[in-house]
Formats: sequence, structure tokens, C-alpha cells
Amino acid sequence: MSVIVVLICASLLVATGFLIAYLWAVKHGQYDDKYTPSVRILFDDEKKSEDRNKKSVVKNNSDF
Amino acid sequence: MEQLEVLERKTETKLYCFHCGDECRDEIIHIDEKIFCCNGCKTVYEILNNSNLCNYYSIDQSPGITRKHYIKRNYDFLNDNDLKLKLIDFSNGQRTQLTLDIPQMHCSSCIWILENLYKLNHGIISSKVNFLQKKIFISYQEEKTSLKNIVELLDSIGYEPQLNLDDRKEEKNKNEYRSLYYKIGIAGFCFGNIMLLSFPEYLSIDVAGHEELKRIFAYLNIILSLPVFFYSANIYFISAWKGLKKKFINIDVPLALGIAVLFIRSIVEIVFMNGAGYLDSLSGLVFFLLIGKLFQNKTYETLNFERNYKSYFPIAVTIQKNKIETTIPVEKLQIGNRLIIRNNELIPADSILIKGNANIDYGFVTGESIPVNKVNGEVVYAGGKQIGSAIEVETIKDVSQSYLTQLWNNKAFRKDQEHEQESRIISFANTVSKYFTIIILALAVIAALIWHNNSTLAFNAFTAVLIVACPCALALSTPFALGNTLRIFGKNKFYLKNTFIIEKLAAVNSIVFDKTGTITENNSSSVEFIGEKLNDDEKTFIKSAVRNSTHPLSTAIFDSIDSKVIKIIDVYDELPGKGIYAVINGNEIKLGSKFFINENQEEDANDFSTKVFLSVNRKVKGYFNIANKYRGGLRETVSELERNYELALLSGDNEGEKEKLRNFFGTDNELHFRQSPQNKLDFILQLQENGKKVLMIGDGLNDAGALKQSDVGISVSDNTNNFSPACDGIMDSKSFYRLKDFIKFSNSSMKIIFSSFVLSLIYNLIGLGFAFTGMLSPLIAAILMPLSSITAVVFTTVTTNVLAKRRGLI
Repeated sequence: MSVIVVLICASLLVATGFLIAYLWAVKHGQYDDKYTPSVRILFDDEKKSEDRNKKSVVKNNSDF
Repeated sequence: MEQLEVLERKTETKLYCFHCGDECRDEIIHIDEKIFCCNGCKTVYEILNNSNLCNYYSIDQSPGITRKHYIKRNYDFLNDNDLKLKLIDFSNGQRTQLTLDIPQMHCSSCIWILENLYKLNHGIISSKVNFLQKKIFISYQEEKTSLKNIVELLDSIGYEPQLNLDDRKEEKNKNEYRSLYYKIGIAGFCFGNIMLLSFPEYLSIDVAGHEELKRIFAYLNIILSLPVFFYSANIYFISAWKGLKKKFINIDVPLALGIAVLFIRSIVEIVFMNGAGYLDSLSGLVFFLLIGKLFQNKTYETLNFERNYKSYFPIAVTIQKNKIETTIPVEKLQIGNRLIIRNNELIPADSILIKGNANIDYGFVTGESIPVNKVNGEVVYAGGKQIGSAIEVETIKDVSQSYLTQLWNNKAFRKDQEHEQESRIISFANTVSKYFTIIILALAVIAALIWHNNSTLAFNAFTAVLIVACPCALALSTPFALGNTLRIFGKNKFYLKNTFIIEKLAAVNSIVFDKTGTITENNSSSVEFIGEKLNDDEKTFIKSAVRNSTHPLSTAIFDSIDSKVIKIIDVYDELPGKGIYAVINGNEIKLGSKFFINENQEEDANDFSTKVFLSVNRKVKGYFNIANKYRGGLRETVSELERNYELALLSGDNEGEKEKLRNFFGTDNELHFRQSPQNKLDFILQLQENGKKVLMIGDGLNDAGALKQSDVGISVSDNTNNFSPACDGIMDSKSFYRLKDFIKFSNSSMKIIFSSFVLSLIYNLIGLGFAFTGMLSPLIAAILMPLSSITAVVFTTVTTNVLAKRRGLI
């Protein structure tokens, strides 16, 4: 039966690890802004963005 | 010929500005095959184009902010060291960190450009945006750039920061928010693990021969429940204690009692009786309650409900000292200072006009936006805005003692903060819990008396009653019903400060409206020409003439004339307080007051309507009648509300539109004109003394006192990001016509809470049945308590959504 005790202790340890990770995330402001990072990640890198810009100028002109 | 027609048709189709997306109406500027509506927009495009930042335009379509009404500001005051220290967060002499509010940001392009500021100013090390709070965090190098440069840069690309000195309380809010997250995380963690360890108990798994395992699980549960009880649940104990100290039983008193009894009984059972305890119920309860709190704590981070006049006033003013102009922070202003007020600047304190042509717009103070002409030696009041060339004034009062600002010395603004505290708020839940607590305590004593022969059973029955009677369902239904209502209102652009306002709104029985800006539209007025019919040429002349004037009446006439052509003016003269004189193509145009047009005619002292007379070549043609435009749906709103509420109207204006307003408000409701900000506050106070619960709907600073004094103060705004005075709620003017729905819906929400309370009472009664017989097993408690909590949550969220759908609110 003692194997269960060992298992439970191990599972509690793992769970505590996740709890600490969560508390760390809150402390470092990951829950302060829940919107901006979702937009920021979609911005293209510098080099690509110039290509895209050229394309979009053409597209914009056709709109008018 | 055909080609020409095609060309003409092409200009007929609407063109939209590449930068701001507005329709190009007055002028069209072509550059790089792109079209701009004004020079301002073009300039921003050029700035961005020069730095290869045109990606701005490809993330979102036409993301810019229109620059048509742009006025260049003077930011010299940002060189003032005291002021700078108040605005920045941190500086080590080389690197400085700064947080600025930028209410204009509205799309992903804004985020992109604001985070690429370092490309526009090489002194900026990095900039990071929090979009929901509309804030930007900038760090920069002192030697390469300055605060003033950064603010000017932001202003030049259309993101003028809102400089504010009294916004420091947010840090506290943030910490409170985080601590709630910590508490929920810990409670959730412990709840899950305790449940896991309680499974053998739930399933009655036979652990015969392994008794010690059961003991280990029970003691592990105790260890896990300690942080829940002492950390996560402590807000309930604190709030209950605060309430009791003031002899006030709030909802947290029975909750704290329930939690404490659960904990003590569980410890006693585990340690002395070899039992299993109710620690799973305890941690589950705390976890659900905290989730409810998070749900209720929905706040509109970008909106500020606590602003006072300081937010409207400039943070710096230009003074003249020994013939040298400098800027000083407005707090350092003293009586006798000589101020220079430029076009569109506010007068910060009551002053005497010394020099210049004063044309003061008292829109903030009275709600009336047509400027008043003042002559040298006259007093100009704080809050007035100068329109036209710069003037010089000398202050005669302190900023805080001026005509408008002394309103904030009223006791309505000094309601002690404690009054607002949650522990004292009169809400349905708190009112109920007063009786509830007394009854359950009595029942618990009775249960203990029934079993007085057997002390163990008596203890069991006593604690069991307190456990099952814990009003968790009530404590949960309130935050979920009201939190959901708050969100539904938010979707309809009606933003409330917190959920308690909904309860107050439901209790209102008297509604007071402000006139200008609240029930009338702010930037549009109905212009009607009365007199001889004007031909197209004359219309063109008038439009060309008024185009040169910044007077609001001129702008109104300009907008009302539908003519694409603008003629060049040969002679133009604007006589302040009188009118405009212009010569176009040899035609003499005069627009202005009756006396200005025809010197033989006296002004009619009893005529309060706004009229602009017109003469062409010395022949009086008639006049433009300029009237307020009332908001759509006003008639329906008033006639609907009239049935159940006492209505009143307060206006800072004259009686000019009294007849028209009678049309809307009928004869029974009170209409008051020429009300000063103080008058408005007193009127609300008087209603309250007669036992009324007052809802005040206003807009400007002139309503600030009334909004604060009233039970619920709602400010109507065309742009919710703009400043609005201290209030309980901000309503987008487009949602004004829904006012009656909002009030009705808040009533429904209260009914839902009541129904949910009845529902939870049924659960409590079932639980009491078990408790009285002393048979409350951990299993039953573990089923009954989450079940009643979940029922309360599901019932309230579903019913509020269904009712909102039925009313067309979602």
C-alpha cells in the first residue's frame, strides 16, 4: 500500500510545480494584459513586412 | 463632352481618406497615388513613410485618427522639472521610464506603430502597449531625447497623450486584482487535490486493513485546507469583521460563519473522531465564491469614473513674468499672476480680462457652447475656453476657489471613502443576510437543544445547521446575475462602475435630465433659413464667408449649406460678438446679430432663440434659426419613463426652447432653466430630502455636482474615452434611446436574484432536514453544497441572458 503514498506525494509535488508556475505568471504580469500579446504575436517580422506593404499598396489602390 | 461627364461622376462617388478613412468632403489631397482628406492626415502619412513605417496602413484599413480639427499644442511646460517628476515612473539620470495614457488607440495598427516608436525617435529604447488600458510604457535615454520630444512625437502622429497628474491609485487596483488571482489559484489547487484524496470516502471504498491510509489522506486534507482557510478565504473574514464593527451584518457574516464552522468541525472530526470531515466542501465553496468575485469585478479599465475638474483643466499654464513668457504647472498658479490664454485653451481660475479680444465658450460650465464676448476689465470665470486670438488675464482667485471649481468643496464630494466600502453597501444580499444570520443561529441552537442529552450529537447538529444554512447560493447568485447584467450593459455601450450600481438603478424612482449635450446632440444643430429663398450663388457666397470663421454658429451654417464650390473672398472681417463682413465677387455679405445687419433694429430682449441674420448687398434676406437637435428616441424614452417615474429637466441654458421641451416632457414634469452647477446639486438634494431615489443623467462639468449627489449619476458621452465627470456610469450617446430598457433590465436582474434566493432556500431546507436529525454525512454535504452553488450560477446566468435577448439587449 505504501506505493500509493509515494504516488500521491509525487503527484502533489508535480501539481505544486504547476501552482508555482501559475503564481509566477500572475506575479510577472501575464494576467494584467490579456489582449495585447494576442495581437502582437501576429505582427510580421521586419523583412517580411516590407514585401507585404508593397502588395497591400496595390491592393489599396484597386479599392479606390 | 462624354469624358467630362465621366470625370464629374467620378468626383461624385465618395472618396475616403487613406489615413483616417473619413469621407473626403471639402478638399482632396493627392500624394503617392493616395488620397487624404486634410493636410494633417497627409503629414502623418509623410512622417511614417519617411521612416518606412507604412506597414501601419496594411495591418488595419485606414487606421489613422482624423487631423481635420487638429490644433498644435505647446508642450514647453514639459521641461518643468517638478512636473516631469510627477509624470515619469522612474529615472536614473540616463534611462527614464514613462507611462502615458493614449485614449485614441483603437486597432492593431495603433499597437504596431506605438511599439515601433523607436524608429521615429532614436532616443526611445522601447515602447510597450497595454491595449485594454490604453496605456503605453516607454523607456528612453535622457541624453538623446526628452519627455517633451516624446509627447510632441506622439501628438504629431495623432496619438496625443492625456497628461494627468492624479492617476496614481491604479497601482493599488492592480495589486488587488493580482491577489484575487493568487487566491483563486491556491483555492482551486487545494480543492482539486482534496477532492482527489476524498474519493475513497465518496465511493465508500473499503480500505479495511489499511486504516492508516485513510488517516494519511485525512491529515493531508487538513494540510491542504490550511492555505484555503487562512489565505484564500481571509477576505470574507475581514469583510465580515469590518461590517460587524460597524454593527452591520453583511452577506459575508453568514459566509464567514459557515466557512469557520466547516473548518472547525472538520478538524474536530478528523483529529478526535476518526472521521473524514468536510474539507472538500469547504475548499469548493471558497473556490466558487472567489470565482464569483472575479466575475463580479468586471471593470472597464479604460474608463475613469472618478475624475474631477483637474482632469479637464490644463496641467500647465503660460504666465507672463517680467515680460517673459514661461509655462508653470497649474498648481503653482497664484492670485495676481498674469496669464496668457491662447485659442482653445481653458481659463484655469477666475480672472480679470486685461488685454485682447475675449470670446469665451462656457460650454463646460453652462452647457451652452456659443461663445460670449467680454471686454477688458470684465471677470472671466474658470472653465471658460477662449476662442480666437490669445488674451491676457490676471487671476483673482485660486484654482480651487473659483466659481466652477468650488463645487468640489461641497460635501457631496467629501463622502468618506469608507462609505463606499463593500462591507457597508446596502444591497439585497446584505439586507437578507441580516435576518438570515439571526434565524440560522436560532435554528442551530434549537437543533443543539433537541439533542442536549448527547453532547456529540448536539455538537454535530449545531454545526451541521450552520454548514448547510451557509448562504452560498445567495452569495453566488448576486455576483453572477449582476456581473452578467453589467456585461450585457457593456455590450450596449452602457458602462457601470460596479455591480452595486445596478441595484441602486433598480431602486430609482425619480429621473433628472440635463439638457445640453444630454438630450440634445452635441456637435450638430438644426439650421433653418427663414426669409427669402436663397439662390445657388448666394448659398455659395455664404458658405465661402463662414468658412473663415471658427465661431460655432459659423460652423453650423457651413455644415448646413450643401454646396461644393468655394469662392475666393476679396474682403473679410470678423467683428467679435457682432458678425462677419465679407465681399465676394463684388457682393457684400453680412452675417450676424440683428443689430449688426440693420442698425435701426433693436435686439428683441425676450427672444431667446439663436438667430443669425443675413444681408446681401445691404438687403436683409432673413435669418438662420439655429436650434438644438434632440437625440433620437427622446420622445419614446420620456413617454415610457413618465408612467413609472417622476421626471425633471435642468438646463443651464435660457428658456429659448421651453415650448419645444414641453412637447417632449408634457405639462406635469418640472423644467428648470438657468441652473448653475450649484443649483443642480441643490435640486437633487431637495428631491432626496423628499425621500426620492434620484437618477441623474448629465454630461459636462456643470453637472458634476448633481451627478455626484444623486443616487445614481450617469454621464452621457459621444466618445466614452473622453473625459467625463465623476459618475457611476458612462453611457455612449448612441445608446441613449435604450435608457428605458436599461432601467427595466436592472429591475429584472433584481427579480432574478430574488428567485434564485428562493431556490437556494429550498436546498437549505432539504439540508436542514439532514442536519436536524444529525445525519449530515460528508457525502451529502459534498453533493448538496456544490449542487446548490452550481444551480444558482446556471440559473442566474441563463435567465439574465434569456431576458436580455427578449429585450433585444443581446
